[in-house]
Amino acid sequence: MKSGIRWGLVIFITPVLVWLTVLILLPQVDMFIMSIRAENELGEMGFSLANFKLFFLEPIYWRTFARTAIFSILVTFLTFLITMPIAFYITKVVSPKFQGFLSVLILMPFWVSELVRVYGWMILLRESGVINHFLIKFGLLNKPIEMLYNDATMITGLVYTSMLFMLVPLLSVLESLDNSLIEAAYDLGGSVWSIAVRIVIPHCLPGIVSGSIVVFMLTLGNYLTPNLMGGKNGLWFTEQIYNQFIASFNWNQGSAFGFLLLILSSAIIWLGLKLTKQRLGKVVQ
Amino acid sequence: MLKKSIILLMAMIAGFCFMSASASSETLEILTWKGYAPKVLVDKFKTETGIDVKVTFTNNEEMIAKLRATRGAGFDLAQPSQDRISSVQEKYKIYQPIDLSKIKADQIITSMLNAVKKNTMVDGKPHAVPFCWGTSGLVINKKLAPAASDYTDLLNAAYEGRVSYRLKRPTLIAMAFAMGDDPFAKYSDVKAYKALMDKVGQELMDKKNLVKNYWSNGDALLQSMRSKEVYVAMAWDNGGWKLHEENPDIDFVAPKSGALGWIDTFAIPAKAKNSDAAYKWINFILRPENAAVFTNLEKYGTASKGAIKMTDASVRGNFERSFSDADIDNIKWYPPVPAKLESIEGMILDKVKASK
Repeated sequence: MKSGIRWGLVIFITPVLVWLTVLILLPQVDMFIMSIRAENELGEMGFSLANFKLFFLEPIYWRTFARTAIFSILVTFLTFLITMPIAFYITKVVSPKFQGFLSVLILMPFWVSELVRVYGWMILLRESGVINHFLIKFGLLNKPIEMLYNDATMITGLVYTSMLFMLVPLLSVLESLDNSLIEAAYDLGGSVWSIAVRIVIPHCLPGIVSGSIVVFMLTLGNYLTPNLMGGKNGLWFTEQIYNQFIASFNWNQGSAFGFLLLILSSAIIWLGLKLTKQRLGKVVQ
Repeated sequence: MLKKSIILLMAMIAGFCFMSASASSETLEILTWKGYAPKVLVDKFKTETGIDVKVTFTNNEEMIAKLRATRGAGFDLAQPSQDRISSVQEKYKIYQPIDLSKIKADQIITSMLNAVKKNTMVDGKPHAVPFCWGTSGLVINKKLAPAASDYTDLLNAAYEGRVSYRLKRPTLIAMAFAMGDDPFAKYSDVKAYKALMDKVGQELMDKKNLVKNYWSNGDALLQSMRSKEVYVAMAWDNGGWKLHEENPDIDFVAPKSGALGWIDTFAIPAKAKNSDAAYKWINFILRPENAAVFTNLEKYGTASKGAIKMTDASVRGNFERSFSDADIDNIKWYPPVPAKLESIEGMILDKVKASK
């Protein structure tokens, strides 16, 4: 009997361990080894920290990273602002009959691949696109304007892409909020603002933080949306990693950038957890 | 009970491995550009030889990266441009020498075959044979931008917001030619080349407000030109000719400072599993009647001897319309790219993209 239990443990834990080592740990180790090697003047490979040094010495690289990080934080915040009222409406306001229906309605666009959704936005927003067509037809514009290829559209696209990942944790934490707390607050003369800030948000904080982590990481690591919708202006950090690997054939530099992205984004999340006084263990539950 | 289920599981896994090994028929994996393996020819090849062709579309840079990642495994045939082979081969050894005895050389235009052999020579052995060729130049909507005639018009304030080009090395090279310099002559002098590219990059940054977007997908560019969002673009000749069929206002124009000529090749990856099929495919597609099918579809000329006589009159018409004899003499053919230049260009392209 005893040996049977141990066999069960082995069987269930082996796939997890194999997954972690083969698909996550080993590639990371390989990346790390690659990132600390570089060519010297003679074209020979050897140990060097030049790849990491270059990131801090060349303003274009750390500026691109800073830009990417700041935009990702902004996207995370905007996503929260938009999805919070939606989540509240679905869980608290609307009659329970429609809750499932509304959730499915929000989920539905995400059954389509991200690429298709981004192209959808491009069809809407481009100069010869749907929105411009109607604006001109109704006489609101004389000639079409280009709405694509700027930071605002890129942020729109990113917020849209990541909304679901904020909404799902918010829905689940709001489910667990007792309605009577809100009613009691109203009875005691609380304003909408004070109810939101002192009851709803503190209760939802673990959900908000876990949603924010997912949205932040997905946005930071996004390649498609910044590239297609940002067009000529936005250089995203992931694009720079791609360029190092593909265009410059410099895998060592690309690995170093990949590693820096991992370290710096983890640092930002750690900072975020400290500021909101949340613990990772509690947030991911 | 548990032991039995483990044994069953292992038996199932073993069964799957066996099945997948025996079920595969002969296949040929080609790593190539979009349009280079038309479906008609793939089907014809299958009926002739019984070999299934699997095609993966990519571009020069990704082709090299993919083969480098597997050290030349996973594909039986690749189609890089001839100038991107020798330095890559010296460094990463991703191709195997081409066995010319298996190639029907009498099907191939001799001058092109010799040029490609010479340019892809590593350790005294050639690594590629030519397939098709074309040029990069300007695709212009002549009604909306009648005066555009050179790469400098991509930076002309008269076409603000109506210009599009790729953020890739051909654009840098074209601009350098248009500024009166010769980047190919500076290939061997890394310092001089970097100074020239810095100058070109600065120019692209200064005039960045004029460009509509940096295109990366050929179909997306054609769509922008079709909908009159873009008047002047730097693109491949066949794109311009395809648009000319739909809208006679749009056409490919060989720029004053010279169209950039490229030759795409056949090269066999180092660890190709089925190189015999690859040679069969090369000889098949360079047969004049098959090469003509490709040219009619894609508008690119091939290295196949005699194929041009079998192509549609409109395809030949394209060429005569866009290239005078002087334009042909002025085509700048890419010499092999030495190592190190790519990282210089990569840095400049990043800077251009990041600038405001």
